[in-house]
Amino acid sequence: MEVTTAWYLVLGGILFAIGTFGLLVRRNPLVMFMCIELMLNAVNLTFVAFGRDLGDIGGQTAVFFVLVVAATEVVIGLAIVVAVMRHRPDATADDIAALKG
Amino acid sequence: METIVFIACAVICVVGALGVIIAKNPVHSALMLVATLFGVAVLFLAMDAQFLAAVQVIVYAGAIVVLFLFVIMLFGVYRSENLRVEPIAGQRPMAIAVGVSTLALGVIIVAIATGGSPTGDSAVTAPVLDSMTAHTQDATSVFNDNQSSGEEFLPNVRQLGRVIFTEYVWAFEITGILLTIAVVGAIALSRRAQPTRKQDEALSDTALSDTGREAR
Repeated sequence: MEVTTAWYLVLGGILFAIGTFGLLVRRNPLVMFMCIELMLNAVNLTFVAFGRDLGDIGGQTAVFFVLVVAATEVVIGLAIVVAVMRHRPDATADDIAALKG
Repeated sequence: METIVFIACAVICVVGALGVIIAKNPVHSALMLVATLFGVAVLFLAMDAQFLAAVQVIVYAGAIVVLFLFVIMLFGVYRSENLRVEPIAGQRPMAIAVGVSTLALGVIIVAIATGGSPTGDSAVTAPVLDSMTAHTQDATSVFNDNQSSGEEFLPNVRQLGRVIFTEYVWAFEITGILLTIAVVGAIALSRRAQPTRKQDEALSDTALSDTGREAR
């Protein structure tokens, strides 16, 4: 039994689906960020798998940039979470409605 | 061998991912996330992406998860979420439906694509020179081998570096700008409200006079 690209793609799909579910269900903003990281990792896995399948280093290059953008996203997101939680320590994602019309 | 590695890592990844969304305590979620990230890193190694595996461990497990844990520790470790109640009626069935349909779409695409090369031409930007796809001896990889046989063997890191600093150099530079903006934004967002200018001047005045007195 040999591991083909499809196996990696299906694993990526499973991880992405789990991340989607968690993002939609959980209310703690920190856990929601972790679910976004899960989804990004699933996509990274498919990038590398396709890159290997097609014999193209571009897949790994895309993953490199995704890693950088994920890092900046976490930094900014956690800064916002810190700024919100300083005023309301029990805030969940539902309470952040300051911009609601 | 690769089968064993893949199955072990896949189990670790899926269990970790489920742990992230099931754990009540955010600290446990973060630790489960580490398990998933390590599993993905080993899968990168299995796919001969050594540089990305190292970066995955250093950046994700070393920096991002530590940042998560830092914020969790800052705002109460024991603030766990009650997962039994469902704040919006019908949210979970809908979320399950969305997740399952996402997965189904992905599997359908994979099933369609497994016939051959799924996204058209291979190696439109830069071919993987060491051509580690030993198990896919189809027409595309043979084509790649012929195309790249004249060039020298390059390890993964050097290959990636060559592409990043030539073809993707603009994206790389813009990434640097993005990181700078993120640092400035994070500091601006998480800084406490600064004292007003008048208080500031008063503070510095007293400090100055104090040092002056000491000097005298």
